[in-house]
Amino acid sequence: VIHLTADPEAVARAVRRAGERGVLVRGLGRSYGDAAQNAGGVVVLLDREQQVSLDAASGTVYVDAGVSLDRLIRELLPRGFFVPVTPGTRFVTVGGAIAADIHGKNHHVEGSFGHHVLEMTLVTADGQTRVLTPESDPELFWATVGGMGLTGVITSARVRVRPVETAYIRMDTERTSNLAELLDLMRRTDDDYTYSVAWIDLLAKGSSLGRSVLTRGEHAAMADLPERTRHRSLELGARQRLRAPGWAPDQLMNHWSVKAFNEVWFRKAPRSRQGEITSLAGFFHPLDGVADWNRLYGRSGLVQYQFVVPPDAVGALEEAVRRIADAGHASFLAVLKRFGPGNSGLLSFPQAGWTLALDLPAAPSLAPLLDALDALVLEAGGRVYLAKDARTRPETLHKMYPRFEEFENVRHQVDPDGVFVSDLARRLAL
Amino acid sequence: MLDALGRPQSLLLLGGTSEIALALAQRYLETGPLRVVLAARPSAAREEAQSLLAGLGADVEVVDFDARDTAAHRRVIDQAFAAGDVDVALVAFGVLGDEERAWQDHEAAVELASTNYVGAVSVGVLLAEPMRKQGHGVIVALSSVAGERVRRSNFVYGSTKAGMDGFYLGLGEALVADGVHVLVVRPGFVRTKMTAGRKAMPLSVSAAEVAEAIVEAVAERRDLIWVPPALRVVMSGLRHVPRAVFRRLPI
Repeated sequence: VIHLTADPEAVARAVRRAGERGVLVRGLGRSYGDAAQNAGGVVVLLDREQQVSLDAASGTVYVDAGVSLDRLIRELLPRGFFVPVTPGTRFVTVGGAIAADIHGKNHHVEGSFGHHVLEMTLVTADGQTRVLTPESDPELFWATVGGMGLTGVITSARVRVRPVETAYIRMDTERTSNLAELLDLMRRTDDDYTYSVAWIDLLAKGSSLGRSVLTRGEHAAMADLPERTRHRSLELGARQRLRAPGWAPDQLMNHWSVKAFNEVWFRKAPRSRQGEITSLAGFFHPLDGVADWNRLYGRSGLVQYQFVVPPDAVGALEEAVRRIADAGHASFLAVLKRFGPGNSGLLSFPQAGWTLALDLPAAPSLAPLLDALDALVLEAGGRVYLAKDARTRPETLHKMYPRFEEFENVRHQVDPDGVFVSDLARRLAL
Repeated sequence: MLDALGRPQSLLLLGGTSEIALALAQRYLETGPLRVVLAARPSAAREEAQSLLAGLGADVEVVDFDARDTAAHRRVIDQAFAAGDVDVALVAFGVLGDEERAWQDHEAAVELASTNYVGAVSVGVLLAEPMRKQGHGVIVALSSVAGERVRRSNFVYGSTKAGMDGFYLGLGEALVADGVHVLVVRPGFVRTKMTAGRKAMPLSVSAAEVAEAIVEAVAERRDLIWVPPALRVVMSGLRHVPRAVFRRLPI
């Protein structure tokens, strides 16, 4: 592991010196699987305290790739701007956000992170520094968006940002008693909101199968805030209040404890509430409030499974939910979201349809369920998310991504010797 | 690469005709495709093992391997890693022999020691090199409870296992920083062809049960297990029994 500034020259030197096990850049290492690992090889970490320069007139920011979304948001908010897309955590870097082509609660209307990248600087295997835009080099640009770091090292980017009046969200909450009701509600009214996501209880069965809490929101205007909050309207105000203990018993997250949690969480949600004002951090990044929450899964850890199926593949989605519920693995609150159309990223995950993400305690006994879900998803014309994958099979993955061969072609041109490699790439024969 | 559920894509079996080795390969094949390198002496048993695993969908490669021919071990390991990373390597070879002959017949004693201990140390040192280079991988060493407290009734065998057990535990410590994981497995009485005709001890297990325990321990990155787990408590007790009492126990 080596630490570097975001200086493209320093990165190029590290790339030229890579040994036979290759090189890979790592952001904040929040991928759930092996995307940012390079066993036996070099892993490059970029300096996080690099430049962020906002051009308020054009609504864009020029930012070094090692900068986290946490820092970026803290720089942007006081000046009345927000990131175009945020995932469920602020602790990812801009480089990682492009490489995984991350999505957020606004995907159904505003697309993934890659949609908002106007330009990026990439150090390729030959040690060259290239400035890419979707117009100048569409092939390499769209192989790099969602390319999991396998085309080179992104060192900086120009990204479109959105103006906001406040650091708050005006949120509507609705509870639905089963999956069909939820899908119907989302199909009918999702497009009226910028942000939308549903938390779904995958341990509920029978007529409650897929019961959920749907939360949707808009950036709050100054006039929406209560009088006493107005003087700090642009403060993020996110603090880590809790920290998970360094050790947890292996079976803490079991069927019964998770079921009890899901029950409480479902009951405490209002049946329907309109116009609640909530902080950005509370709305987008609830888990960031608990440091090291992943440790609650004990030494075996957790596996996250996220897939997307096309809009009309509701049958496959329902079947997946039923199988997960029937298997009885302790699946903590799962997230269901409606995606809008995908972009041109060759390995970009989002495509129009339904995406479901769930956490499960890792155990060898999980393999048959997840393999069966892979088959179901593939059959329905969907795919799993590389940034979260830790266990799918190469042959399955290659079929899930119809533009996989195009990606491999671009990669062979730009990196013929396979200098950029990760454990994910080794495992999935990328 | 091993995936997050502990499934390997490639498996090296040193002592590839051992029943535990084959049971492990079969167990992994139930959950997905697998490249298997069978390292064993050329024999009918090896051919059978090869066709058994190929029949289950494995991509099988065969390498000539004789545990006592340590001079040839480097070539064996090189060949085994030639086609790519090895995710799990199982050190499964070993001989039991006739206990009473073993301590009175020089040749028999040397065979036991050179197979079970010298051979195991030899491949252990050689496996460590490519595993360190690839920066990941699991070495699984089949030890035995017989090595935990060596007893009169099979002390030549027991002493060889005591030696290899200690070597692999130490190797595991040495390789921690390189991302390589070593698992030492101490089964009790395993009902296999090696023990055929002997009276089964209490807590005896089948090769399939040992394989199952290995699969779980690899996934959880454990470094020492007993099969069945209850033996851990039994052996812990036996370790502390005074010699005068220990020699009178019917074990």
